Amino acid sequence: MADIEVRLVDVTKRFGDFVAVDAISLEVRDGEFFSLLGPSGCGKTTTLRMLGGFEEPTSGLIELHGQDVTWLPPYKRNVNTVFQNYALFPHLSIAENIAFGLKRRGVKADEIKRRVAEALELVQLTGYEARKPGQISGGQAQRVALARALINRPGVLLLDEPLGALDLKLRKQMQVELKRIQQEVGITFIYVTHDQEEAMTMSDRIAVMNKGHYEQLGEPEVLYERPKTRFVAGFLGVSNLIPVKSEGTADNYAILRLPDGHAARAPRALLDGQSGPVALGVRPEKIRLKARAEETSGQYNRLDGIVRHSSYIGVSTQYIVELGDERQLTVFEQNVERATKAELWSPGEEVALTWLPEHSFAVPDDTGGVVEQTGIAAVE
Amino acid sequence: MTSAATARVAAARPARQVIARFFDRWSLIVYTLLAVIYLLLPVAVIILFSFNDPAGKSNFVWQGFTIQYWLDPFGPLGLSDAVTLSLVIAFLSTAIATALGTLIALALERYSFRGKGFMNSLIFLPMATPEIIMGASLLTMFVAIGTPPFFPLNFLTILIAHVMFNISYVVVTVRARLAGFPRHLEEAAGDLYANEWQTFWRVTFPLILPGIVAAALLAFSLSIDDFVVTNFTAGGTQTFPMFIYAKSRIGIPVQVNVIGTCIFLIAVGGVAITTLAGRRKQR
Ligand SMILES: Nc1ncnc2c1ncn2[C@@H]1O[C@H](COP(=O)(O)OP(=O)(O)O)[C@@H](O)[C@H]1O
Ligand SMILES: [Mg+2]
Repeated sequence: MADIEVRLVDVTKRFGDFVAVDAISLEVRDGEFFSLLGPSGCGKTTTLRMLGGFEEPTSGLIELHGQDVTWLPPYKRNVNTVFQNYALFPHLSIAENIAFGLKRRGVKADEIKRRVAEALELVQLTGYEARKPGQISGGQAQRVALARALINRPGVLLLDEPLGALDLKLRKQMQVELKRIQQEVGITFIYVTHDQEEAMTMSDRIAVMNKGHYEQLGEPEVLYERPKTRFVAGFLGVSNLIPVKSEGTADNYAILRLPDGHAARAPRALLDGQSGPVALGVRPEKIRLKARAEETSGQYNRLDGIVRHSSYIGVSTQYIVELGDERQLTVFEQNVERATKAELWSPGEEVALTWLPEHSFAVPDDTGGVVEQTGIAAVE
Repeated sequence: MTSAATARVAAARPARQVIARFFDRWSLIVYTLLAVIYLLLPVAVIILFSFNDPAGKSNFVWQGFTIQYWLDPFGPLGLSDAVTLSLVIAFLSTAIATALGTLIALALERYSFRGKGFMNSLIFLPMATPEIIMGASLLTMFVAIGTPPFFPLNFLTILIAHVMFNISYVVVTVRARLAGFPRHLEEAAGDLYANEWQTFWRVTFPLILPGIVAAALLAFSLSIDDFVVTNFTAGGTQTFPMFIYAKSRIGIPVQVNVIGTCIFLIAVGGVAITTLAGRRKQR
């Protein structure tokens, strides 16, 4: 078990009556790439600012490397921050910007020089020493901000939507580069983003935040395959959620009654701890479409529907399939078995939707029985 | 419009086009020239008459060219003392007002405290009060105190008066610069192990320095030519403006023009240097 580098215990932050961060407790491991993911306004920045020391928690405890830093000012914490707007000092050159932290700590001039050169190399900006922040591009400013923070070899690096201001192509490039740099320096990263794809690509673990607390914390695959709440299911990718009634168990499966009367199965463990109404979730790419007449093996769950809409995306086709009661599900099919227009399903065709019980997840159903697809049907 | 299109229109309506074009091109230049002449004519007269060789005591009619007064700029009795006093007061009041004003501006911009709103309007009072009223009130106050070092009136009382009216201008100028200051830069400095003191000197101060310099220049020029308030608070001492005023009845010595010219040249030089420095920085 890795050491705990950052620990939050019941950290709460109020602004007046408004609770921005609501009793968050979490632990970040040493050397981990940890992300706080959530929609705008959910309290990500506030949480990060409390870690950096720019905001004092209303209550709770913050520990860095086992030391209580709750009340320490920023300059006494062994953390550095990459600010969303970079916050480079406009009156200092790139080299002076990067050397700023080392100078404050009284490192010797020749060592500063050596380490600045090293840091510039790490972010691939050798040769830019003498420029001013106004003379470099956004992507370069981003890397200077990173070098300026990393050169201090902090215990933890905090990054607040560092790629938010970059265009899509540069952002993808920087995601890869950030991950490379993190692995190279081995420093714990706490990364704030509202972009689920970004978080999933880079993170070892993610806390999915909503309204001041996190709903689920775990590895990206776990969050995607086994979301525990409706919010997490919708925020990471696209989900089909179907209200079901539990009708006991058989073997290791729970028997669930679907709205159209079909019975479905799901691993029993999924329903452990669920007391109220439950919605069964299936990711669109886990569903296979078949002709109605085709026999389904008993090992699959099955629903009947009519294709209402199809959009061809190249690698895959996205279908909207309507169930008997006007509820709609989203299905992604790889264009492997069917690829030509004649082969693809077209609107109006009657189909059966099948999926393996193991590919389901379950979330508490707090909407009162509405089938729903949540999340944005991403078009790649 | 492309030039080909312009040419076609010009061929169709030549006379109107030519006149309109003439006005387009020349009216702004003529207007600018007139404005510049209007602004610079008095200065030109001052410079010209610093080379005059007047017959009597008054320096109003051109009599002939001489550089005699440039060679003896401090000839008239008391002129040297007056100029020195004005300079000393201008430097001291600028230094004190800039330091205090900058701190007040920081406090007003950064912190919220009881009575901040009151303080905010108070700071504008010296700017809004007519000088003559301010001078009279200061005189009343110093006389009412009635003991040294405030009475009899002296160097110190002039300095106090100048610091007082300069502070408001400094506060207003520095605040304008602070209002657009990116606060996250200070957070970044703190994040990079700079304590409050280092953050101020390494980040805040260099970035608001242009505002502070502008405020100091303004304060200096306000102080060096102030007459009204100074006249009320000077007592037996005499500043340069007071010297000129006193001499205006019996004839202003040519040396006043010489010193006036020098002040103008220094001011122009100062502006030129700041402009050049600004340009170099931008590049
Ligand atoms: N200084 C502040 N004063 C009042 N409200 C604030 C302040 N900072 C943040 N908030 C509020 O707290 C909530 C969370 O903000 P933030 O942490 O910035 O969200 P995120 O970074 O997830 O978008 C928002 O509703 C925001 O308006
Ligand atoms: Mg934010």
